[in-house]
Amino acid sequence: MLYSSFNNQLTFFQKIKNFDYTLLICIILLGIISSFSMYSTDGGEFLLHTKSHMSKFVIFFSLMIFLSFLNIKIWHYFGYLFYIFILFLLLWATLYGVKASGSQRWIDLYFVNLQPSELMKVAIIVCLAKYYHRIQLNQINNLQHIFSALIIIALPIVMVITQPDLGTSILIAFSGLIVMWFAGLNIKYFIYSFIISLTSLPFIISFLKPYQKLRILTFLNPDRDPLGAGYQIIQSKIAVGSGGLTGKGFLKGTQSYLEFLPEKHTDFIFTLFAEEYGFLGSLGLLLIYIVIIYRIIKIGLISRSYFSKLFCFGFASAIFFYIVVNMSMVLGLLPIVGSPLPIMSYGGSSMLATMIGFSIVMSAGINHKQLIA
Amino acid sequence: MLGEDFGVKKIHSINRRMFIIGTAKFVIFTGIIARLFSLQITNNKKYSTLSDKNRLREWRLPPIRGEFLDYFDNVIAGNVKVYQLHVVPEEVENFKNLMLRLKQILNLSNNEFAKIIKKKNEQKSWETLIVSKNLSWEQFTKINYFLYDLVGAKPVMSVSRNYPFNENYTHVLGYVSSANEQDILNNSLIKKNHVPGLKVGKIGLEKAYENQLLGTNSVQRYEVNAYGKRVNQVDFIDGLKGDTIKLTIDTEIQQKCSELLKGKAGSVSVMDIYTGDIIAMQSSPSFDPNLFLFGISQDDWQLIRNNPLKPLINKTLSGLYSPGSTFKPMVALSALENKIISKDFKVNCKGKIELYGQTFHCWKEKGHGVVDLKSAMKQSCDTYFYEISRKLGVDRLRKTATKFGLGDKVLNNVYDIEKKGLVPNTSWKKNNLGKAWVLGETLITGIGQGYTQTTPLQLCLMTAQLANGGFKIYPKIIADKNDKTADEIKALINKDSKNSNSKEDSHNFLKPSTKDSHEKLFSNPENIKLVKEAMFASTNEVRGTSYSSRIEDPKYQFAGKTGTSQVKRISKRDRELNLKTLEIPYNDRDHALYVAFGPYKKPRYALSVVIEHGGSGSSTAAPIAKELFKVIIDRHELREKIKKQKSINI
Repeated sequence: MLYSSFNNQLTFFQKIKNFDYTLLICIILLGIISSFSMYSTDGGEFLLHTKSHMSKFVIFFSLMIFLSFLNIKIWHYFGYLFYIFILFLLLWATLYGVKASGSQRWIDLYFVNLQPSELMKVAIIVCLAKYYHRIQLNQINNLQHIFSALIIIALPIVMVITQPDLGTSILIAFSGLIVMWFAGLNIKYFIYSFIISLTSLPFIISFLKPYQKLRILTFLNPDRDPLGAGYQIIQSKIAVGSGGLTGKGFLKGTQSYLEFLPEKHTDFIFTLFAEEYGFLGSLGLLLIYIVIIYRIIKIGLISRSYFSKLFCFGFASAIFFYIVVNMSMVLGLLPIVGSPLPIMSYGGSSMLATMIGFSIVMSAGINHKQLIA
Repeated sequence: MLGEDFGVKKIHSINRRMFIIGTAKFVIFTGIIARLFSLQITNNKKYSTLSDKNRLREWRLPPIRGEFLDYFDNVIAGNVKVYQLHVVPEEVENFKNLMLRLKQILNLSNNEFAKIIKKKNEQKSWETLIVSKNLSWEQFTKINYFLYDLVGAKPVMSVSRNYPFNENYTHVLGYVSSANEQDILNNSLIKKNHVPGLKVGKIGLEKAYENQLLGTNSVQRYEVNAYGKRVNQVDFIDGLKGDTIKLTIDTEIQQKCSELLKGKAGSVSVMDIYTGDIIAMQSSPSFDPNLFLFGISQDDWQLIRNNPLKPLINKTLSGLYSPGSTFKPMVALSALENKIISKDFKVNCKGKIELYGQTFHCWKEKGHGVVDLKSAMKQSCDTYFYEISRKLGVDRLRKTATKFGLGDKVLNNVYDIEKKGLVPNTSWKKNNLGKAWVLGETLITGIGQGYTQTTPLQLCLMTAQLANGGFKIYPKIIADKNDKTADEIKALINKDSKNSNSKEDSHNFLKPSTKDSHEKLFSNPENIKLVKEAMFASTNEVRGTSYSSRIEDPKYQFAGKTGTSQVKRISKRDRELNLKTLEIPYNDRDHALYVAFGPYKKPRYALSVVIEHGGSGSSTAAPIAKELFKVIIDRHELREKIKKQKSINI
């Protein structure tokens, strides 16, 4: 039974043929660009970050290709299990995880540290997509269903916030909420909750940690403390702005090379990229991301199964959201919240999560004619 | 299927919502692109500048100071390479070991060692630590020999001020030392070019000509990282070296002066009587200015400071002395000019005169008998000068004396330490002491005692202006290629004396004196001649006060006037005891003075000698003049040759 339901009418070659090569090429392009950027952050030498990033990319990219061959039904079938498994890891990390820079969000796997909260960004979409797959449109706005979905979202968020990791919890919340939106949740709920959260903003602020309050104040006025809290954002803007139309050139980004840029491997990788390749380079990078998002949406549109559609739209929006949050942050449009740029930023867990997401999308694309009961 | 209809609705709903979100995405991406455009295109210039400001730092290097040359182009204050030892703590594996090893090699005292360690702790680890500012050649070679196991130690060459003639020029040039807060505040040019370790003039010509000597910084532009560490040099801009300044001084004569003054407290000045060139100017004792370059040690400083002969005082310019009998030529000239006396006016000297209930002694107890102007000057008879000054009055005397440069600065504002001295008159006393002038004071002013105070350089100028026939000259210590030669000035003087009508002084007020006008300081040339003859007799005739210091060879023959300046009032008891100089405590001994010009037939040079507490002018000061004239006249032709060469160059 299990076998037959996962049995695929498609042969191996048909699957190969059904691959979305545009998406694949865009991902490879990102891998190459990110490797060059990483090489640049290492000061033009083939050092730890470059080696590690490249090997992670190769491993996770291969993993993605391999997972793409799985039938989309498998993801549907194991949707809840996947979510629960990641939730367990998250709990583990929150309780027994590795502490670093004041937060406890990693699990020590001996050879590598895993950050379950990153994986949760994908798992929550899979879980909610499965949850809404069966529910009929007129039942979606039932309080019972809304309540269950909110619990699915709230559980990981509570854990991630206690780690504490505000940035990731916001991204998880968005991933969950956008799926609820696509599922057809009445727009009035969004408006209500928006108003409620706005009115309770002072209350929320009082719960923020001092460093988080500082970040908000700094965002509102970076010149408040140019060498302290405002340093990152000021230096980041200088780096991007000094790049100009065509940039300073590969390995010639003085802001990063001379170590004025903080966190240049991870959250501020786009700053380095924009400094070295300028406005045109940044547009190019943005174009790759736009194509990726477009292809994911397109796969969603052609998919016959509701699960696939919901996942693709949700994942495309999540990726979009990560990019927007990250870029707005480094360009000084949003306060600083830790959020990596997909594929570009250094960090294995984030890349693994993104690749898993891509593999589900690929699988949906290959099996777009498949219906899920 | 059951849910078919609902399924279709669901699909419609999701696609519609995707469209809404898609539109939102489009808008937001446009916003991000707009932001990128604003940062990278619109404000590119602003951020590029900020980025350069981030990464580029300038290091200014101390400017290379201009040099001082003597009249014959010998460097008397130059720049030399010094060997220094630098260590960059960051580049050293084991700093403690290295320092202990260096301490051993350089023989550093514990005190010096502690100072270096303290300095190291105050600066950043990549900043250069100067372990030694001035290594001796032996230390430098030793360091180089052991360099293989002194990783991180860098022997380097640097430029430093150097005074090759040590103590010979200290009072003329002054010295340089590290600029302090006061120097920076007082001089905007120092402020502009200041870098740590910059040396500036502290006194003397080094201070007076600071702005010309200073030069401008060289600039090294480095790229630095976020922590301020230099990454690589981007640019180097050469600074300008300061101006070279040439003096009128002849080092040979200057050195001779130091030699003759050795062990004494005193001063010698030598001047060209036409050009006003100061040919030598030494104050003794002196000290080695090189000691101050790298900060003087406490021991050396105490030695200089506590020396009873006061080496820190420039006696030539700021030492004030009663001129004593060297003032007598002025008194005689003033009396002749004002027609109080004639050449043949005679006074009978009985050793003392009683006037206004006081006794005024001549230095010769038995008296000189009947003396006229020439013999009175020759033997320095006090009684004669009491008599003529009584007739002349102090106000007229002052007029003549100030015309010849007494009571005013000689080197106008070149040296801030130069003193004006004082030539008193009746109104001066009333204004400053609030008392009326007493006639007895006129008498003692007439022999150069009392309120009168002069600097050795003033006496030299006075003598020079007598020697050149009574014409104003403009003393200077800085040589300029546009300076007139002595012959040109002589021609000017001849023209002046021919053209001038006999109405004295009238044109002095109408025409402001410029450097071209060598105005006449007398009304009758015969009077100057008489005074000069009297001075000649004083040195070259039997019974003249400086007869024993004469030179008979007409090439070197000079005329002069001795002086003995009382430091302490002579009491009756002193007069009875009649002690010899060496029997009197040092600080109570008289100052010995001598002024002279030569060669007598064709005068060209004037000098003044002052020996503090030297006893009498004839015994201590005049012999120095004799030695000096030999050197001065011997050097004369060489000096003229240089001048001619220069005029050809122009």
